[in-house]
Amino acid sequence: MKKLRLGRRILPLYSLLALVYLLIPIAYTIAFSFNNSKGRTNTTWQGFTFSKWGDVCNQAGICEAFGNSLFIGAVSTLVATVLGTAIAIALVRYRFKFRSLVSLSLFLPMATPEVVMGAGLAALFFNLGAEQGFATIIISHVMFCLSFVVVTVKARVQTLDPVLEEAGRDLYANPAQVFWRITFPLLLPGIVSAALLSFALSFDDFIITYFNAGPVTTFPLLIYVAASKGVPAETNVIASGVFLLAIFTVIGTQIASNARARRHAKFN
Amino acid sequence: MAFAAFSSNKPAPNAAPMKSGKIVLALLLPGLLYLAMFFMVPLASLLVTSLESPDPSGAIGQYVYAVDFSSYGNVISRYFPQILRSFGYAFAATFFALVISYPLAYFIGVRLRTRPLIQKLTLTLVIAPFFISFLLRTIAWKQILSDNSPTLTFLRSIHLLGDNQFFLGTPFAVIWGLTYNFIPFMTLPLYTSLERLDLRYLEAAGDLYANPAQVFRKITLPLTMPGVISGTLLTFIPITGDYVNASRDFLGSSQTSMIGNMVQADFLQNSDYPSASALSAILMGVILLLVTVYVRRTGTEDLL
Repeated sequence: MKKLRLGRRILPLYSLLALVYLLIPIAYTIAFSFNNSKGRTNTTWQGFTFSKWGDVCNQAGICEAFGNSLFIGAVSTLVATVLGTAIAIALVRYRFKFRSLVSLSLFLPMATPEVVMGAGLAALFFNLGAEQGFATIIISHVMFCLSFVVVTVKARVQTLDPVLEEAGRDLYANPAQVFWRITFPLLLPGIVSAALLSFALSFDDFIITYFNAGPVTTFPLLIYVAASKGVPAETNVIASGVFLLAIFTVIGTQIASNARARRHAKFN
Repeated sequence: MAFAAFSSNKPAPNAAPMKSGKIVLALLLPGLLYLAMFFMVPLASLLVTSLESPDPSGAIGQYVYAVDFSSYGNVISRYFPQILRSFGYAFAATFFALVISYPLAYFIGVRLRTRPLIQKLTLTLVIAPFFISFLLRTIAWKQILSDNSPTLTFLRSIHLLGDNQFFLGTPFAVIWGLTYNFIPFMTLPLYTSLERLDLRYLEAAGDLYANPAQVFRKITLPLTMPGVISGTLLTFIPITGDYVNASRDFLGSSQTSMIGNMVQADFLQNSDYPSASALSAILMGVILLLVTVYVRRTGTEDLL
């Protein structure tokens, strides 16, 4: 019996250690956003300060790079979500020739290392004589987000009951009305998570962007270039701000939906 | 989550196949054209570039169209250590990620089932790294484990590390970083598999006098194999092409460079496009080969 109880303790302990391993660098990054560092180096602890949070754009280029990343993330997400959702609906709802070929060609980008995709796109733009910049970055981001949108939305389409759409048609709704009043609202949770995933992938992408950015600096590129010289604390401020906003939104949503589920359980 | 869909192989329960040529075409065409234009064409473009030969005038960075396979021989002999290293590091890091993730995913997906809120919140901690720049997280490890850091001073004081031993720049540091950066990609698909695991099978096996090790080996592991497969693929593939962890400015040194570092250097610094393209083609070819063999052997072919 004693051995069994020890076994019951080992798993939570092991999981706790794994989570600590995952969270250490995050805690470090947030802690060093409060470091009273001088200039651009932020390697040793110099004392606590709020000053970097108060004046983020103090260091040249940081806010511009952040803005670029937000813009690229928003546009890429929009395009990838529209294209990917259409493919996901077609793949689940319709049987057509070459269906498995389409599935395979959507899986391939996910099985391609970023460095290959980045170099391939750069070779294409180079051969076409296209100048690198925002357009080439957005084109490549849409490319790698597309497959992830398809898998995410596909999972949602699979849970959708076609009977609901049929009911709409029986009540004389035209195809556009069926889509916007029935299909789309039901798919919305899947579309939203696909869009969030796309944005996160685009916002944090470094490897493909590095090959196709030309003169444009995104937030990850800024960090990469600064890595050899020292990354200023203002960078940590922006990254920590985004992190805290995202994590509290997710946790808040979960607690709220849990409370709602409990209320429903009580009434039923 | 994308990973949930990635690891599920069951057919759609409510699929109502409809035949409607024009609609299908309208839904598929824009996305597929995009895919052809910016995925297939770039890969073809890489293949074409890998066969080019240097401009006869000898100008650096200038190449002419040719069918010249010499770049392939060149990069294999020049970069053989880097090629081996990439796959070696990728195998090691995938293994460590699996060993760390499986118990964690089991804990969240099975043990925490009775407490849905705590389960969701713990899962959020697993994906928390996605919300903060992976370059900054890698830099954080670099500083935590740097030669004069408190961590290393402590490890030396308890004699876990010799006085002139260090961590950064070693293969161990690179594998450490790779494992760290890709753990969530392993944990999520494992979690989706384990969360669906029907515990009655485990009880039944226990009733039939299977010991815990047998239950795990004969029931739990086979039932969660789809998660193991997508997890290992989602970790292994990006790791082979990664060049951030192995780079000198992060956790590696010139002794730890991987294929990605060489592609990047040849493409962006040396303007040696044929070599960079040939190396990418080799990387892609080996990955496709390994993935095909792996997926065939483990018997889950319909991954998407």
